[in-house]
Amino acid sequence: MMPTPMQNQQQAKPILEVHGLIVRFTLRDGALIAVRNVSFDLFPGESLGVVGESGCGKSVTFLSVMRLIPTPPGKIDAVKMRFSGMDLLDASKRQMRRIRGNRISMVFQDPMSSLNPVLTIGRQMREGIQLHLGLSGRSLDDRCIELLDKVGISAPEMRLKSYPHQLSGGIRQRVMIAMALSCNPSILLADEPTTALDVTIQDQILRLIRDLTRDLGTASVLITHNLGAVAGTTDRIMVMYAGRIVEKAPTPLLFKDPRHPYTQGLLRSIPRVDQPAGRRLYSISGAPPDLLRETIQGCAFAPRCPLAEEQCVAQAPSLEPFAPEHLVSCWKAADAHQHG
Amino acid sequence: MHINTDKILQVRDMNIHFTFGGGLLKSGRKAVLKAVDGVSFDLLTGETLGLVGESGCGKSSTAKGVLQLYKPTSGQVLFKEENLCDLQGEALRRMRRQMQMIFQDPYASLNPRMTVLRIIEEPMKVHRTHGNRKERREQVIEMVQRVGLNPSDIHRYPHEFSGGQRQRIGIARALAVRPELVVCDEPVSALDVSIQAQMIHLIEALRDQFNLSYLFISHDLSVVKHISHRVAVMYLGIIVELAAKEELYARPLHPYTQALLSAIPIPDPEVERQRTAIALEGEIPSPLAPPPGCRFHPRCRLREAVCSRQTPQWREVAPGHHVACHLV
Ligand SMILES: Nc1ncnc2c1ncn2[C@@H]1O[C@H](COP(=O)(O)OP(=O)(O)O)[C@@H](O)[C@H]1O
Ligand SMILES: Nc1ncnc2c1ncn2[C@@H]1O[C@H](COP(=O)(O)OP(=O)(O)O)[C@@H](O)[C@H]1O
Ligand code: SF4
Ligand SMILES: [Mg+2]
Ligand SMILES: [Mg+2]
Repeated sequence: MMPTPMQNQQQAKPILEVHGLIVRFTLRDGALIAVRNVSFDLFPGESLGVVGESGCGKSVTFLSVMRLIPTPPGKIDAVKMRFSGMDLLDASKRQMRRIRGNRISMVFQDPMSSLNPVLTIGRQMREGIQLHLGLSGRSLDDRCIELLDKVGISAPEMRLKSYPHQLSGGIRQRVMIAMALSCNPSILLADEPTTALDVTIQDQILRLIRDLTRDLGTASVLITHNLGAVAGTTDRIMVMYAGRIVEKAPTPLLFKDPRHPYTQGLLRSIPRVDQPAGRRLYSISGAPPDLLRETIQGCAFAPRCPLAEEQCVAQAPSLEPFAPEHLVSCWKAADAHQHG
Repeated sequence: MHINTDKILQVRDMNIHFTFGGGLLKSGRKAVLKAVDGVSFDLLTGETLGLVGESGCGKSSTAKGVLQLYKPTSGQVLFKEENLCDLQGEALRRMRRQMQMIFQDPYASLNPRMTVLRIIEEPMKVHRTHGNRKERREQVIEMVQRVGLNPSDIHRYPHEFSGGQRQRIGIARALAVRPELVVCDEPVSALDVSIQAQMIHLIEALRDQFNLSYLFISHDLSVVKHISHRVAVMYLGIIVELAAKEELYARPLHPYTQALLSAIPIPDPEVERQRTAIALEGEIPSPLAPPPGCRFHPRCRLREAVCSRQTPQWREVAPGHHVACHLV
């Protein structure tokens, strides 16, 4: 059999390695574990999708990688957290700032929160690029224009003179992507980058991120609650639930043969425009646990799971290989055929 | 479900305009924002009409105009043949009981200092639908059970509930006064995926139990496809296409509807590989200065000279399939 692109990648060295990440928050009304023993690798140039419902720990996982979790109230523990061979757990504040600006870039849901409202787009772009690439004068302007052009912004010279509030949400997000890619980072982290945008703009932005990172060979992480958004834009997906990774697989496999009852339930509960309207929607009963008020003993999904047995309630399953490149955290992974 | 041909609601050429500036602008004119600019549709008894479109196209304003929460600038809103726009005071209040609304953000629409009992009871008091406290309380308990909450929940406060449960409270409140028409404005948009499906089921079940008619607003075309019988597509203050849902999704005729449908990512990598999105040129223009002619023309890949000159007619091009486009 021909090796898949994934297998080739696995032979390469991961650019990001996270092993046994645990993130706790100590708050006035109690403590919560937001991320429980999360491990994954990101390979150069690959696109990883991270899906799960709000509060499942997607953002905290990657904010921890970037060391952007306020400590206290947060506390980050990990067996290993390395970027490009460098230990992120031990890195100094200065080293982390360099990594954040230069090597790992981020794009968030709300571009307004990352843009300075009183400075023009041009001023902000120039500052960023100057800092990282040391360009100046005419070549600096040229680089800004080239970047805006690349992210599909028309009349880039004019946009450089605009203030953030003068631009639509879609254009602002394009500007953020341009700025994020301006220093040729090794990783682009996009946390719900299209959640606040309209459908037609969402699709454009997702394709833009996919195509640009592909062209530049940048690894990307796309965090989203939208399974449709990752289907066409990622190589691999990890599904999170209540602070854990419950399933991880190459994208085609995750959709074709999901093995965790939560993944299966999610896929069957999404209404789809491409399917006959009469299809009965499945719905997962109950709601995700409240991490602050509930202690989780066994499998966090057990109270909602149609396959749960005694063992599930008593003991938490760990993330185990189910098939090559396919990891599942479920006692019943082998029985969990997709039905319906 | 009992859809008959009785029209519970007829909206005729409804306009909702907002005037800005108070004083005069430089040009010597007031700025007028036509949030809803000549919208007409019918809703049959027992039917769910979906209203889709991108943010700012006028969906919520249409909803509020129907319920007379915004007084339409002109046009008619006939609820069971009575023009609501002509009614005021007591007469309007009496009609309003029969029309309730479910909102997107259940939290913002629930008073945090009131218990569930008082929240659900309030519209019953306003509309004097139940004689005394005991009867109201019984109705509240029945409603919370109908929406899947426990009777003991009525003494709790909104913050003690999850987002999905709060939406259930909002639904119980809306239905407690036994309305016939319910306007749902993005009722599942703020909810997580696994909760969305529960809520869709609940909204469908209640429609059948109470024989409700829904105007169901959402920007999510997949949800609308699931829940509606017919679907109307809005763009910049007008309806550009309306058809039975099977027809609309299988044979979208307006270039905007086509673009909108083509932009939806499908949770299936194989389908995604084949999907080609129809690119929309530029951005949605300001509603303060909508383009002349067909207001979609600056972004339309099919536009011809006539499109910028003449407003396309709203025509029925196949039985029940209406569209406003010169090229259809
Ligand atoms: N700074 C913080 N202080 C306290 N709790 C936090 C903080 N950030 C996140 N959390 C909690 O951690 C959990 C995971 O959050 P997050 O990673 O943001 O979820 P999501 O998957 O929606 O991105 C949630 O319960 C959230 O309330
Ligand atoms: N109370 C109001 N005053 C002024 N403008 C309004 C008001 N309500 C809505 N609008 C404007 O009307 C247009 C349509 O808004 P809305 O009906 O809320 O759209 P949608 O619900 O489709 O997002 C927007 O341009 C919006 O800014
Ligand atoms: S471990 Fe048990 S409860 Fe958890 S998902 Fe698997 S079958 Fe369900
Ligand atoms: Mg998040
Ligand atoms: Mg709205």
